[in-house]
Amino acid sequence: MVPAVLATLLLLVPLVAMVAAADWQALPGHLTSPAAIDALRLSLVTSTVAIVFCLLLGLPLAWLLARVDFRGRGAVRALVTVPLVLPPVVAGVALRSAFGRSGVIGGPLLEWTGFAFPFTTYGVVLAHVFVSMPFVVIAIEGALRSADPRYDEAAATLGATRWTTFRRVTVPLALPGVVAGTVLGWARSLGEFGATITFNGNYPGTTQTMPTLIYVTRQSDQAAAISLSLLMLLVSVGILVALRDHWLGTP
Amino acid sequence: MRRLAALVLLLPLAACGGGDDGEDAAGGGARLTVLAAASLTDVFDELATPFEEEHDADVTFSFGSSTDLAEQVADGAPGDVLATADEASMQLAEDAGVTGEVEPFATNVLTIVVPAGNPAGIESLDDLAGATWVRCADEVPCGKVAVSLLDAAGVTAEPVSLEEDVRATLDKVASGEADAGLVYATDAVAAAAEVDAVEIPGAEQALTSYYAATLAQSEDADLAADWVAWVRSDEGQAILGDAGFGSP
Repeated sequence: MVPAVLATLLLLVPLVAMVAAADWQALPGHLTSPAAIDALRLSLVTSTVAIVFCLLLGLPLAWLLARVDFRGRGAVRALVTVPLVLPPVVAGVALRSAFGRSGVIGGPLLEWTGFAFPFTTYGVVLAHVFVSMPFVVIAIEGALRSADPRYDEAAATLGATRWTTFRRVTVPLALPGVVAGTVLGWARSLGEFGATITFNGNYPGTTQTMPTLIYVTRQSDQAAAISLSLLMLLVSVGILVALRDHWLGTP
Repeated sequence: MRRLAALVLLLPLAACGGGDDGEDAAGGGARLTVLAAASLTDVFDELATPFEEEHDADVTFSFGSSTDLAEQVADGAPGDVLATADEASMQLAEDAGVTGEVEPFATNVLTIVVPAGNPAGIESLDDLAGATWVRCADEVPCGKVAVSLLDAAGVTAEPVSLEEDVRATLDKVASGEADAGLVYATDAVAAAAEVDAVEIPGAEQALTSYYAATLAQSEDADLAADWVAWVRSDEGQAILGDAGFGSP
């Protein structure tokens, strides 16, 4: 009983303390500053674009992992979860080694096309896709595994092509998992900081997302940093409320 | 296996015992704790060795952001000397009434750093236009210095990134992601293996000054004063000079 209370307090007290420390009078000003609006807009755009890419690429991968028995499936599944446990800064360093201006892929890319990911909004999206994809793949794979594959087989015997089956039967059955994976991945992307700042730096309008803005603001204006943090807290709670039917529902 | 584990557990104890003995032998175990700005890390370590020999003392450091350290000291954190990389954070400690006399002991200037070999051919602040270059964010001390320097030189080129501190700025250049960056001259010296420095004419117009002060909570005020005097001495200044610092 006591450990349970302690655990709850440990999680709750810092958040309540942050709310209590907020300067409510200055809050509207902090949240409507051009930097805050730019950063919020960039965060919403990049995490939304990133989650679209995560779905386009992650859905087929999740299906492959759940339904197709191929050699090395266990290894691929393990690899997919690596970015989940990787410190975000390490993710940034890894992305730089691959897509940086002198990276394994980034070097030739720059030479042939003149385009480089670092310091661009494209780079931010790339970092977000890298850190969010595991959430999407794992959530969807779990849902697919618990959905009965016999429905797919029934659709196939009724003449549906593989693509039609996937689109009309498989995905709808796994929809709760797809939604949960999408929301989780989107939230992870919205909060992404370490990989983005390591790989892309920080510039208002192009690479400065909300978490980066909060970090930089903290150096000079604590009150403004707290106001911006409250906004992020609000968004996070909003996501939980949206997901409550899946996770917080009473048994 | 169990014996090995026991040995491993005992090792730190043995090390501690040895250290204490050594200290007792070295004249009463005088200890000095210096709280210093992160940019002083390498040079203060170097300054400590001759000081320890001369005073039979043991100098320990706590390196960090000047502002953080000053706030800790103002809150009564234990320590003998505070050394900051700017005047504003020293003012914080002064206002709390915990400092002795505040003495300037070094200066630093900004310099352009480029990846080894200078691939983008950056020779001056004007060459930054059109280049992929980085500097510190306006909120942090090295960014404030950069802004005043760029304004004075009439440079309007925009960086691709505003980094959270000077080491992050250096990292973007050392890794080759940026063609150039604005960092302290001492950072360029410390990373000389990875970056080349391009001096900025008139950089001394935007100097940043380092300040040291003894602390009220010091238990050995004489030793604390000796450290400040040592850093300001000709010999101390020579070591700071080798690390790229200017004289106050």
